Amino acid sequence: MKSTMIGNGIAAALLCGASLPAAAGTVAITNAEIHTLGRAGVVAHGTIVIRDHRIDAIGEAVQPPAGARVIDAAGKPVTPGLFDAYTSLGLKEVDAVEESNDAAPSKPRYSAALDAADAFNPRSTLIPVTRVEGITRAATAPEAGESLIAGQGAVVSLGSLSNWLVKPKAAMYAQAGESGAKLAGGSRSAAWAELREAFDEVRHAGMPRLSPDHPSLLGPLDVEALKPVLSGDEPLVLYVNRASDILAALKFAEDENLHLVVRGGAEAWMVAPQLAERQVPVILDPRLDLPQRFEILAARPDAATLLQKAGVLLAIAMDDEFNTHNARNLRQLAGNAVAQGLDKEAALAAVTLNPARIYGVDGTLGSLEPGKIADLVLWDGDPLETTSFPKVVFIDGQEVPATTRQTELRDRYLQRLHLGPYAAGK
Amino acid sequence: MRRQLCAAALAALLAACGGQQQDQGQREPYASTYAPPAAPAVLIRHATVLTGTGSRLDDGDVLLEDHRIAKVGKDLPAPSDAVVVDAQGRWVTPGIIDPHSHLGVYASPEVWALSDGNEATSPTTPNVWSEHSIWPQDPGFEQARRGGVTSMLILPGSANLIGGRGTLVKNVPATTYQEMKFPGAPQVLKMACGENPKRVYGLEQHRFPSTWMGDVAGYREAFAKAAEYKKKRDAARGKDAKGEPPDRDLGLDTLADVLDGKILVQMHCYRADQMATMLDVAQEFHFKIAAFHHAVEAYKVAPLLKASGTCAVMWADWWGFKMEAFDGIRENIAMVDAAGACATVHSDDPIGIQRLNQEAGKAMAAGWRAGIDIPRERAIRWITANPARLLGVADRVGTLEHGKDADVVVWNTDPFSVYARADLVYVDGVLRFDRANPPAQPDSDFKLGLLGQREEMP
Repeated sequence: MKSTMIGNGIAAALLCGASLPAAAGTVAITNAEIHTLGRAGVVAHGTIVIRDHRIDAIGEAVQPPAGARVIDAAGKPVTPGLFDAYTSLGLKEVDAVEESNDAAPSKPRYSAALDAADAFNPRSTLIPVTRVEGITRAATAPEAGESLIAGQGAVVSLGSLSNWLVKPKAAMYAQAGESGAKLAGGSRSAAWAELREAFDEVRHAGMPRLSPDHPSLLGPLDVEALKPVLSGDEPLVLYVNRASDILAALKFAEDENLHLVVRGGAEAWMVAPQLAERQVPVILDPRLDLPQRFEILAARPDAATLLQKAGVLLAIAMDDEFNTHNARNLRQLAGNAVAQGLDKEAALAAVTLNPARIYGVDGTLGSLEPGKIADLVLWDGDPLETTSFPKVVFIDGQEVPATTRQTELRDRYLQRLHLGPYAAGK
Repeated sequence: MRRQLCAAALAALLAACGGQQQDQGQREPYASTYAPPAAPAVLIRHATVLTGTGSRLDDGDVLLEDHRIAKVGKDLPAPSDAVVVDAQGRWVTPGIIDPHSHLGVYASPEVWALSDGNEATSPTTPNVWSEHSIWPQDPGFEQARRGGVTSMLILPGSANLIGGRGTLVKNVPATTYQEMKFPGAPQVLKMACGENPKRVYGLEQHRFPSTWMGDVAGYREAFAKAAEYKKKRDAARGKDAKGEPPDRDLGLDTLADVLDGKILVQMHCYRADQMATMLDVAQEFHFKIAAFHHAVEAYKVAPLLKASGTCAVMWADWWGFKMEAFDGIRENIAMVDAAGACATVHSDDPIGIQRLNQEAGKAMAAGWRAGIDIPRERAIRWITANPARLLGVADRVGTLEHGKDADVVVWNTDPFSVYARADLVYVDGVLRFDRANPPAQPDSDFKLGLLGQREEMP
């Protein structure tokens, strides 16, 4: 009975949240260790003021404005909201329930034209589960499916049912390497030829085809979608891992004049100087240290440290099938990178500011600086630690409800089985 | 020193001879050939010791001698010739035991040639043994060792209702699986509930079973046959043998051994209602289910698990990848534990196995937030003593107690921390990993020359 009431209460709260104008008001978090990820670095003992949607002030001498809601951080850390650089949040509820999974078509008629934003469901049960753990923004993207070019991703907010679309068409996603070779008929050469041909079709769109009998790779909508990629306005996030594949990708991007981002990058540490020189960022999963595929034979646990030291712009995100349901484990990945030598602030940047930079939204997101959007998390301990958890999460200056489908399940069975707060004697 | 080494070697040899290798020429087929090499005594001093029995000892010492835990206490005197490890500021735990791994049977690299975990040609294959599929060169073993894992259960996959026998191994470098096999550990039988068998057979092959009720009928038919087989087998045994023994059937041998209690059932099962159904199947045919694996909804039936003495083998947070995993919650492990049932953490994954300590840490903290008080000395049991119990080796491993195998990890810090790393890993008192002195070469043959560490060409 109690849980039903809780459920209704939350539904009502969500409805109100959706219809209310942004009356967030003014909030001051005092007595905090503020990891700004901005020019101010770490403010060891300061106050951060949120006014409506934005960060108003940060500093040791900042005073809470009159009438502000004051949250005493008691010395605990505050960080920017975490930003997942690669996930399919909002695109699926249950992987193996096809009807609920829009991450990739099994029989694609389109490739580049597929747009994650068309399928995004801001009411997905996964979104509250993810944001209560401090993740506030995500690049939600099609999964690498049955097509070399998977389609377009969007930067989304995890804190709004109406204004969730932060940046549409934030990047185009594609794959080369082993999986790309397989799709292209069984060789890497075939995959690169196919990718080259696709961009040729975009370049020659509207012109008579040289060999009309040769079937087109792309439909008209795919061609349109690839135009901003060919012009360099939209980044191409390419899944490649083997050092030689990454070098081939660099050459491909140079030949086609593309704005390249490497995802995967298990062997990127071996070609780090070239990536740094060309300013190509890497989205890496620092847990992957096993030769699970021939393309990642040289994967090693300190790859993030090596990339960082070489000056590569590094983002950390999961590179396995749990990158959506367990996007919440982003900070555990960052913590593991720190255990392997990565500087702690660099690890935080890899899950906050750097993804924002990769997707071109760092003007408003990714760090705590006056004027930026107020996405931030007050933690109950070291944000990268397994035992820590957010005390409060703000997205767009609004406090996020602490309830999720999972907390409701938990509370129902704690009560039924008389555990925790419902245990006898408590 | 040398004399002691020789004595230890001799003892190990005698132990091996006195155990399964009764006669050099007549070794029991498939028996373990593992015998730890000689090792000096080790005294670990001034550590925070989580014993696995539920106790925590600050500024404690642990003495390893003759492959066994000799003593745990304070200010232990160092035997002459013992290696003394100053563990001031460091933590000591029993070696981690993963009760659910597919290392070696789904090895890295994950190519078809090394994909030997599911005999998915029939829904009922109690005749197969996962140990026969183990590729000891799987690089996953040494990475797991770096994560403090000293034993693991290698299971067949979950495509089948009855997937075959599984085997416990010690995580030591080996060229043959027999050199890893945990001496004297009972074998287990892998069974699977739910979506996997009905998907693999019903959905993909249009054959039986295609429903959960079909799954249940499959287990019942198999055990009904096994009961008949066992009756004939029992009748033909012993002094008052009556009748002929049945024609030997490898699958029914396995199931009859389950009915005899010699083989422990490890059952892949996600949903609460399906666990309850399986406890009834077990009751009908008079066998016991040692543990439900994955057990994403174990929290819903924790009292039932407590009553039946069945452990739950769980992930800290995997959920949602299948319908039967949709109700997974972070508090599952803590709630099962708080309800008085046997809770354990598993990996089922070559990456996850490297940080089971962190997974336990996440589960412990989720419990705290739910108002369940779980001290670290209790949570460590989820990855040590409790898996030892469900594997039938609680008298050998899982705690730091006198006489137990000296499977011990020295951690640089609180083992539940994301920053924790195993500094020293001992298996049967033998130092198998030393972070300060990593081996010059990888243990796995496969990794030789592949590391990309040395790039000598321009």
